[in-house]
Amino acid sequence: MATPTTQIVAQLDGSTEPSAKDAGVPAPRIYRHRWPTRIWHWVNAVTLLILLMSGLMIFNAHPRLYWGQYGANNDPAWLEVRSTATDGYLRIGSAEVRTTGVLGHWKNEAGEVKRWAFPHWATIPSGYSLADGRRWHLFFAWVLAIGMTLYMLWSLVSRHISRDLHVTRAEWSPRHIWDDIKRHARLRFPTGEAAARYHVLQKLAYIGVIFVLLPLMVLTGLTMSPGMNAAAPWLLDLFGGRQSARSLHFIATWALVGFFFVHMAMVLLAGPINEVRSMLTGWFTLPQPKPVKEQADG
Amino acid sequence: MADIIINRRALIGSVAALPFLSGCDALNEAPAFRKILSMGEVMNQHSQRALTDRDALAREFTRADLSPVFRANGSRTGDGPAYSAHVATGFRDWRIQVSGLVRRPLSLSMADIRAVPQRTQITRHDCVEGWSAIGEWHGAKLAPILAAAQLLPGARFIVFHCADKIGGTAYYESIDLTDALHPQTILAWRLNSGALPIANGAPLRPRIERQLGYKHAKFIHSIEAVASLDTIGKGKGGYWEDRIDYEWYAGI
Repeated sequence: MATPTTQIVAQLDGSTEPSAKDAGVPAPRIYRHRWPTRIWHWVNAVTLLILLMSGLMIFNAHPRLYWGQYGANNDPAWLEVRSTATDGYLRIGSAEVRTTGVLGHWKNEAGEVKRWAFPHWATIPSGYSLADGRRWHLFFAWVLAIGMTLYMLWSLVSRHISRDLHVTRAEWSPRHIWDDIKRHARLRFPTGEAAARYHVLQKLAYIGVIFVLLPLMVLTGLTMSPGMNAAAPWLLDLFGGRQSARSLHFIATWALVGFFFVHMAMVLLAGPINEVRSMLTGWFTLPQPKPVKEQADG
Repeated sequence: MADIIINRRALIGSVAALPFLSGCDALNEAPAFRKILSMGEVMNQHSQRALTDRDALAREFTRADLSPVFRANGSRTGDGPAYSAHVATGFRDWRIQVSGLVRRPLSLSMADIRAVPQRTQITRHDCVEGWSAIGEWHGAKLAPILAAAQLLPGARFIVFHCADKIGGTAYYESIDLTDALHPQTILAWRLNSGALPIANGAPLRPRIERQLGYKHAKFIHSIEAVASLDTIGKGKGGYWEDRIDYEWYAGI
């Protein structure tokens, strides 16, 4: 397989030069996402949403987080969703906010007040069931773990990592990263040839998710398993105990949710139809510079 | 059919705003889909049994690691006047039966239990809800008791019958022989250097250290060796397994 840039499909005039000014000439397209990427992307989109929502159900069974090996109701929790007869509260450390209507005290579809931490619209199933939340979570955890492992291996073997995700020495320079941040802040996205490759922030985001956050989710999840603790006690040492692993699992969850929102924003700003189509068909139309003359680096 | 119609009606209220959620709730109630979800448990059980050391020990901690308060959960006491009478006499006359697929059924007194090889272990107790507590447990190893009773070749599971009732039904739980014969599986009668408190399952509670808390039945009065779980309760091997579909294999 050739690198994305050499796969540019020359349309009509055989050139990759910007031609958007002329509405009659289609812009050049590249084969951007190979099929393992596309399949894994959509499987993950569904899987992670299910894991998030069934995970919030499991959290509802004990809405307190601790650091260390143990932690129960009599031990200090660093995060807690609590409920009184009239209100819900989220406490992180010593900071507490009233969350009535969303966390700890909310109404279900029938208008009944419920005092579980996360509301019915955020959990699977929507009505409280720790048993069912665990069934969903522990099945889709396998989907995530198997898909992640296969994708990592494929990325390595197919050289997806070295060709598309590898951050070059030049890209690591603080100046380059800072320039990329500035371009993002101004919502100036690459066009033409430059859009055929991932830029440094994109690479770091994808590497962070694929090789840091998702493995962290799987490993902290396994660290909560008493069976795995006996088989692989090093997991307890790695994360500082079962309750620390549970806290890290929760924090990494919200890091993934954060990635999702940034990801959505970038897709919307960069051209949602083209972006979504490329993740469905593989083919990505290179955005063209605006007719107004701009800097080459867009 | 009636169920489907009710589900439909419930769906209509939410379908406009939250199709994904309603879809998940409908799937959650669909027997065929639940069967797929249950494959997770099968995979967890078989992968852990196949890929990890079956005799691997749960981590043991030191007294410095003990939870200041060991939380009690579930039933806080045994049920009925018979149990109350045992409480009044300090469980002096408590007996535990070992029956089922054994060559020599046993009826053990608490003195007999104390005469069996003992073990002390400081381990972490993990509730399915998510909390953990570390306690020091002391009690009789289960393996020598089962050896004395002489398990018959067909025995595959050990069932614990309990003196507490939830919703009118006595609690019960079961484990396979891998966990039953595991060196850390003990019938604990002491917790944190004192008598096992009533709220934690006095006078006897098995420790199944590589599984979640609901497997650690409390107030046990009978141990039964069986070939299959089909005839126990509703056939899934435990009180909560039968009622709300907790996993029988609670190693994760």
